[in-house]
Amino acid sequence: MTGTDERPLLTIDGLTKWYGRQLGCRDVDFDLYEGEVMAVVGESGSGKSTLLQLLSGQMEPSSGCVVYRQRDGSIADVWQMSEPMRRFLFRTDWGYVHQDAQLGLRMGISAGGNVGERLMAVGWRNYAAIRDSAKSWLDRVEIDSNRIDDTPRTYSGGMRQRLQIARNLVTAPRLIFMDEPTGGLDVSVQARLLDLLRRLVADLNIAAVVVTHDLAVARLLSNRIIVMKAGEIIETGLTDQVLDDPSEPYTQLLVSSILPV
Amino acid sequence: MTAPVYNFAYLDEQTKRMIRRAILKAIAIPGYQVPFASREMPMPYGWGTGGVQVTASIIGPDDILKVIDQGSDDTTNAVSIRKFFSRTAGVRTTTATREATVIQTRHRIPETPLTEDQVLVYQVPIPEPLRFLEPRETETRRMHALSEYGLMHVKLYEDIARHGHIATTYAYPVKVAQRYVMDPSPIPKFDNPKLTDCPALQLFGAGREKRIYAIPPYTPVVSLDFDDHPFEPYRHDAQCELCGAADSYLDEVITDDNGSRMFVCSDTDYCETRRATGKGAQQSAPATEHRS
Repeated sequence: MTGTDERPLLTIDGLTKWYGRQLGCRDVDFDLYEGEVMAVVGESGSGKSTLLQLLSGQMEPSSGCVVYRQRDGSIADVWQMSEPMRRFLFRTDWGYVHQDAQLGLRMGISAGGNVGERLMAVGWRNYAAIRDSAKSWLDRVEIDSNRIDDTPRTYSGGMRQRLQIARNLVTAPRLIFMDEPTGGLDVSVQARLLDLLRRLVADLNIAAVVVTHDLAVARLLSNRIIVMKAGEIIETGLTDQVLDDPSEPYTQLLVSSILPV
Repeated sequence: MTAPVYNFAYLDEQTKRMIRRAILKAIAIPGYQVPFASREMPMPYGWGTGGVQVTASIIGPDDILKVIDQGSDDTTNAVSIRKFFSRTAGVRTTTATREATVIQTRHRIPETPLTEDQVLVYQVPIPEPLRFLEPRETETRRMHALSEYGLMHVKLYEDIARHGHIATTYAYPVKVAQRYVMDPSPIPKFDNPKLTDCPALQLFGAGREKRIYAIPPYTPVVSLDFDDHPFEPYRHDAQCELCGAADSYLDEVITDDNGSRMFVCSDTDYCETRRATGKGAQQSAPATEHRS
């Protein structure tokens, strides 16, 4: 491991996506460093999810590039890689947490199988080892390991989301993408999940890009924040700085429109 | 009544050439599912339309055909297909494994070892081993192309998690020539070890799914497993009650309403040959065993 490498993990340069004549996002640039959590906020339709899909190599950008520093220190443009390489990266070094856990899980397969899938995909062939690893991960995301053989269908929404996180983290990724990880959960479950996420990300030194429209989530999880509007970045900086002292009128509006309890 | 006149072996020559091209491709890439323009056959899907098309394309006037259904030569499916070819191609048919040059099979591999002069044609209902794990055909094709086969082990994992052992007993997934994961059609996993290094050419035809694949002679075929849960062929712990064979795959036959049952060889030719050469079990009345 190159623990001392100071170069950014992910470099985004001039990333643009057009859906025909419709703009997805335009000229997005930023760097993401190891262990850093970046929040992307903005209203619906501002290009957050488009950006996330471009970053995670699921959708090809119209122009611009996503450059990733691999474990061996070499630097590669995600869209210049061969497809098997990209898919391998996506299964091992990266994680993707969907808003809807059903998209990120195999609903007909037990929790253990869900967590173990990535391990088997990278060549683990020892049942006991896979199962132990799955158990310890269920433990870490606070799911009772007695439920290892139950399918996610029998899980509550919060448990599904936690299972999805375990499934992604089992290969010790360096970078994880999250699309509204707490969307659709009730507030107490949200708080618990956020707590868990913050701890895991800090413990494992994972870099993360979190898309959210909930500024509280951004505040809790992220070091830096990007505010998007109409497909472009309008403000970026340290999360506390941006949220405490927003300079753009739109960000001011966003911050002031949080409902007080 | 005037019988309709068919081309030799029912299919027209152009169709046979098309199928032969698919077969050649399949042999060139062991375990890879080659799409082909499957034809309507005068029998329902599920009765071996894929196997029949493959057989029709490779059979010649000098060939001797054997057809088995679950090891048996005398079930409807086997009898009908044998009749079909003796009528449309006028070829000789047989029930003796040793004599046959082309053997079409549904869900078994004969017990008698095959030779280089034989071709084994399987009838395949579902050629895609990943089907029930990943329903998108576009995705499974990509997975084959990139040999992303982690998912196949998820299925075996689920088996062990649920039953304590790999409970898949038929259509047990194999890896052919260290490359493609293949569904060997629903043969019992007892037969899996016979797939590897087999001197005979093995062809698989799926009519409804329009796929042909193959295992060329002497190709390594490995059944997937875990290090700590290795592949084990399954066999009832009994002897055949007709011929006394202790090494053949057995069918369990219920003989009355009181739970009496007997085990007999699933391969009828193997069983009959053994009995004809005097290897029969003690010729007592059909030995039955009562369940208390």
